[in-house]
Amino acid sequence: MLSFIGKRLLSGVGALFVVACLTFILLYLSSGNIARNIMGDQASDAAVAAKARELGLDQPLLVRLGSWLLDAVRLEFGKSWFTNQPVFQAIGARLPLTLIMVVIAIVLIAIVSTLLGVVAAVKRGAADRVVQVMAVLAASIPGFIIGIVLVLAFAIRLRWFPAVSRISPTSKAAEWAASLTLPIIALVLNGIASSAQQIRSAFIKQLELDYVRTLRSRGIPEKEILFRHVLRAAAPAGLTVLSLQFIGLLGGVVIIESIFALPGMGRLAVDATTQSDLPVVMGVVIYSVAIVVVVNLLVDIANGWLNPKVRVS
Amino acid sequence: MSATVDAAPTTPAGGQSGTVKRAGVVGRLLKNPMGLIAIIILVTIVASALLAGVLAPYDPSRATNSVLAGPNGVNVLGTDSTGRDILSRLLFGARGTLVSAAIAAGVAIAIGLPAGLIAGYYGSWFDNLSSWSTNILMSLPTMIVLLAVRAAVGPSIPITMAIFGVMVSPGFFRLVRTATQSVRNELYVDAARVAGLSDFRIMARHIFGVVRAPVIIQAAMVCGIAISFQSSLEFLGLGDPTAATWGVMVNDGFRSIYRQPMALVWPTLAITLTIGGFVLLGNALRDALEDQVKVKEKVPAPPKVSGAVVQVPTAVATPHLLEVSNLRIQYPQPGGGRKTVVDGVSWHVDRGEVLGIVGESGSGKSQTAFAVLGLLPDNALITSGQITFDGHQTVDARSQRINQSVLSQLRGKRISYIPQEPMSNLDPSFTIGSQLVRPMTKMLKISESEAEKRALDLLAAVGIKDPRRTFKSYPHQVSGGMAQRVLIAGAISCEPDLIIADEPTTALDVTVQAEVLDVIRDLQRELHQGIILVTHNFGVVADLCDRVAVMQNGRIVEQGDVRTILRTPQDQYTQMLLESMLVGKTPMTKLIKQDSMGGLQ
Repeated sequence: MLSFIGKRLLSGVGALFVVACLTFILLYLSSGNIARNIMGDQASDAAVAAKARELGLDQPLLVRLGSWLLDAVRLEFGKSWFTNQPVFQAIGARLPLTLIMVVIAIVLIAIVSTLLGVVAAVKRGAADRVVQVMAVLAASIPGFIIGIVLVLAFAIRLRWFPAVSRISPTSKAAEWAASLTLPIIALVLNGIASSAQQIRSAFIKQLELDYVRTLRSRGIPEKEILFRHVLRAAAPAGLTVLSLQFIGLLGGVVIIESIFALPGMGRLAVDATTQSDLPVVMGVVIYSVAIVVVVNLLVDIANGWLNPKVRVS
Repeated sequence: MSATVDAAPTTPAGGQSGTVKRAGVVGRLLKNPMGLIAIIILVTIVASALLAGVLAPYDPSRATNSVLAGPNGVNVLGTDSTGRDILSRLLFGARGTLVSAAIAAGVAIAIGLPAGLIAGYYGSWFDNLSSWSTNILMSLPTMIVLLAVRAAVGPSIPITMAIFGVMVSPGFFRLVRTATQSVRNELYVDAARVAGLSDFRIMARHIFGVVRAPVIIQAAMVCGIAISFQSSLEFLGLGDPTAATWGVMVNDGFRSIYRQPMALVWPTLAITLTIGGFVLLGNALRDALEDQVKVKEKVPAPPKVSGAVVQVPTAVATPHLLEVSNLRIQYPQPGGGRKTVVDGVSWHVDRGEVLGIVGESGSGKSQTAFAVLGLLPDNALITSGQITFDGHQTVDARSQRINQSVLSQLRGKRISYIPQEPMSNLDPSFTIGSQLVRPMTKMLKISESEAEKRALDLLAAVGIKDPRRTFKSYPHQVSGGMAQRVLIAGAISCEPDLIIADEPTTALDVTVQAEVLDVIRDLQRELHQGIILVTHNFGVVADLCDRVAVMQNGRIVEQGDVRTILRTPQDQYTQMLLESMLVGKTPMTKLIKQDSMGGLQ
């Protein structure tokens, strides 16, 4: 089990390294006149050249990549080209809100989609059809449209919730709740519907296996078969579904933060992208992938623990 | 028609020729309401993209009227925040949308299909490398990557969507790789290889035919997702603000959401309908190409008994331990109608008696056994007959359903089951011990420690050398023969009166078969239960059974005392089965034949 975790951790760090290199090259290879963009059209050529030197842009790409990697190991990701704020601080200030939203969202998705998926798999009939139709709808409606519809209906027409977040450092719990309710609903709807359908399939696959029939033949009550045996057997598939869902949430939260003007990492990413503030963009990519690596590792450990072939060896 | 012959490998199962299947796909797509709606939507979008220049009343990028006008005589759908005609922009927007989808799907297929074919066909280092890259790609949040691409190269639909295509190529890669791996070792691919066809020809002709359908389905899905991401980026203000695309229109409309919500409605509707069109198309294609729907009929409610008293099936006097009479089991078919798998079957078992039910696969013998256990698949219908176990009616002639409330009292305690395939019948997540203990604590109401002690005794009784070690093992740690002994121990653990053994030795090695049969025989002599032994093997019948029922095509062709039937089989089918058992032992076949002939003469 320990060597299993070690291997997964190593491959996660390897993936992070590869992604960092590729992203760095992609970002800096194609943008030739970064300094000119920052300084504007009026600046003299000399001033632009000076800016390029200041940012280290006059050095070869691989040298810059090397020094970025060395800094990154010490958690230094450079400074924003526009605000001069260190990227570490800029993201550090925005990340907690995003993480709170994403974690609440994935927990909600896990609970609701498991319930829906299991009910659909066991009861079939009407519950099953509802889950199927929901999955088609969720696949058809992009997250930003769900967000817009929620704003129109519950913030603008009904005025139950604020359309734009009122979160500030001094906000009280009630304000947080009011400001986050709609964004989180917008964030989870797609995930619930698509996960529910996949969990349903995983559950049905297990229900049709031979050992379920044998358990029934032994007189084990149906509830115990479902919740002790089948749920556990379907758990690895469910966890994989949820881990993919989590990766999707990191993207979905970018859109939702923009719609509701939430000051999270997603909003920071969009702003940095608009301005081509490459150090910040690079930082956001690294943080996101690092979060995914951690989540995937947790899922791997959970799956390893659930699988006696891995756990016992 | 020659092209349709190639499609034959796409439908290895089902027994239909490729020609029939393929000719039906478009037809089935159009008959399916989902498919029809999808095609109508997508044809409309394609038409508006192609004919936008003709249909659009105005230049999509020039102001025509006052800003944010509602629908009026000049602008059918109103204007946006700079006074541009919404209808014209919608029509032109279809172009960008379809181009996005096409680029994304094209790039994804161009990468995923060949990579999957090569990885699946040759394996080795390329498989490792591509699977590793796939894992990395799948752990990247797509939206964040697209933001980075936008930051690096600016708002370009082709570049963004090409990168998106790379991001979703793992979907195609995995699909194609799995399909290729499963086909690579099929006989017809081997035959092609032996015939000297080059690997390239084999992949192009045989394997491509298999992966074509799933790739098309996946492509429809990817088109929908691509549109979703492209319009999301544009909505975030990261698209080209001068272009007439739906995402840019939503962005524009969202900024004036308070003043003119209608400007938001049209592009969101267009996006949702188009993505929905692709999703429905994908689903309809799946139904048309994969077409394996389990049909389930609504079972009519049992006839209400008049008056407040609901009659509980009362004890029926029958001398036998289990009596099955006139049982018929049917399955509803996809095209309507029902398929009869068990047709008017009657037999009985007494205490201490071993009844063999013999027949080849598909003769309905296992179905009969599952009906007794009440564990038929949920779309099975019992359309006539009754089953009585020791005075309890588990299926009665009137309601024609399995009486689960009665059976749940009997199953596990008085009727038990030994399955065919030992490994798949143990839950891999639980130790063998816990799977033995739980039914005993539940059924016999004994404590865990008592049950554990009993389980160890049982394991020893079925011939397991180191019971304690097996008790603590997980199913994957024991051999198939051991697992079958464990299942037999489980079946006798609650001292049942009747054991149903469904091909208990078929999945085992020949030497282990004999040992397991010995275990069953010894236990039966000792504990004196009734046993129903379902098998296709007359050797097993001769070895264990007192009486035998021979089944063919859902009917019983002959039943009676095992000696009588073995010596003087009356039915032709029984004779054939007996002969086939002895094939390979030519002299004996002749002997029996001569003997029986002699007996007849």
